Amino acid sequence: MKRNVAIIGGGQTYHAARRHDVDQGEMVNEAVRAALKDARMTMDDIDAVFLGNMEFFEGTHLTDCWLAGSAGAYGKPGMKITTGGTVGATIIGAGMHHVAAGLFDKVLCIGFEKQEEGDTGAILSGVAHPLYGRSMAGAAVGYFAMMGTSYMAAWGAKEEHAAMVAVKARQNARKNQYAHLKLDITIEDALNSRMLAYPVRMLDMCPASNGACVVILGDEKTARDRCKKPVWIRAMDTAHNEQFEIDWRNVTLTKPIFSTACAARMYKRLGVDDPKKYFDVFEIYEPATWAEMVWYEDLGLCSRGEGFKLMEEGATAIDGPIPVNPSGGVLSTNCIGASAMLRVWEAALQIRGDAGGHQVPKEVNRALATAYGGTNWTVMTALSSSTED
Amino acid sequence: MENKFVQAPFEVDQHITAHSNYFAGKMGSKFYVALRDSKEILGVRCKTCSKVLWPPRETCGRCFSLLTEDDLVKIGPGGSVVSFTRVHYSEPIHPDVDAPLVYAVIQLDGADSGMTHLIGGVDPEQIEIGMRVTPVFIENRNGNILDIVYFKPE
Ligand SMILES: [Zn+2]
Repeated sequence: MKRNVAIIGGGQTYHAARRHDVDQGEMVNEAVRAALKDARMTMDDIDAVFLGNMEFFEGTHLTDCWLAGSAGAYGKPGMKITTGGTVGATIIGAGMHHVAAGLFDKVLCIGFEKQEEGDTGAILSGVAHPLYGRSMAGAAVGYFAMMGTSYMAAWGAKEEHAAMVAVKARQNARKNQYAHLKLDITIEDALNSRMLAYPVRMLDMCPASNGACVVILGDEKTARDRCKKPVWIRAMDTAHNEQFEIDWRNVTLTKPIFSTACAARMYKRLGVDDPKKYFDVFEIYEPATWAEMVWYEDLGLCSRGEGFKLMEEGATAIDGPIPVNPSGGVLSTNCIGASAMLRVWEAALQIRGDAGGHQVPKEVNRALATAYGGTNWTVMTALSSSTED
Repeated sequence: MENKFVQAPFEVDQHITAHSNYFAGKMGSKFYVALRDSKEILGVRCKTCSKVLWPPRETCGRCFSLLTEDDLVKIGPGGSVVSFTRVHYSEPIHPDVDAPLVYAVIQLDGADSGMTHLIGGVDPEQIEIGMRVTPVFIENRNGNILDIVYFKPE
């Protein structure tokens, strides 16, 4: 990177299925003010604003324009970013590149979603190929159902393993004051929840949440001058797949796909030999239980086909050796436009030691955040307490 | 002339219907309840900028001041035409009024920004910039900007 870039502040709204008390602008504004307070800044300090959400998910277009006042973006440079499920991380990527390039010193990044307002299923069907996919659209549940079936057949995993992921996420969420689904559930509860599309049950899926997240980025001078605990973005990368490469259903595949290609590039750049030792905590984008176990493998935390064993051992528990999603993750909170930003922000909070009730009980210096969008792409962000690595 | 067989372009019909509900929030709810129940039009005063804004919003875009329900003020109901146009065609997105119809930007008394609405009850030839107008409300209001049917000359 031309210039080092740090996360110098951030904030989030609480996340819930209903936010009837606020309109979209008022909800976004809550997160903007929380982030400015965290960074001890005012809107006058901010050089540019980058904002994003899922296209048309709340029945509104051009959200950068008509949320300009609430976002604090009036008269400031910036742009709207829209990359689906990954958008929250892509917004940070856009902000990071602008700061790294020297164009701006202080950038405010906003990801939000008010999922309850729009017909998200209908809008999402527009993601499927008009000629070959749309009439067969199964939305997110269908995608992860295929993954789960393939995963069990290939490796001998059981529905119980997915249930363990479901329980871990919601029990971690109970420690996170901002999380949506703070559910005190057991393996039995997960296994007995309503079947949606085999093997995906209700508790195997993320909720539809409303909420916003804001991250403020600064150049090295700003970060060192005015931030007590800057969290440095050491690397960001992204990779895509075309939707008819059905690699995501075939979990035994060994050729590089979006997730493995992205991780490999990033690890090479950072000199990572063993990611589970290099990173102290992971915040991954797991819209479904099965995806979490596949992520373990894609990120190289274990060998191919061993992800469910990692789960079984409790290795990825909040107090385990490889904590994954101490925040409760996407399974507990999915305001999509904010979700990938929340992964980065939660990872940053862990490095700062400011995660509160869901702070992992060990020293955290490095963290990895992933994003995930249908149809098959990712944005990964490596964070560190130091600019030395 | 070469006699060439041309394949008709093949197309697949696509149709997406997407319904949405916009929650009016803190300021929007106050505005619509006042309009529906009291035929009152609310704006919001930013003390920092000394401006009264319509529509009412929680953050002053200019200075980023946090505005509250205590900053809501009644504006209008009368106002002045800032600009207008006579529309000679119909579109499904237009209000349920036959063309020709007159759209105007109206600056309500006490406000520093304009509201777009219809002008009615007057020969369009008589409308001019600066003309004084006042709202006409429908009988059964349900909390919609069309609870005002149109603005007519004072
Ligand atoms: Zn102001």
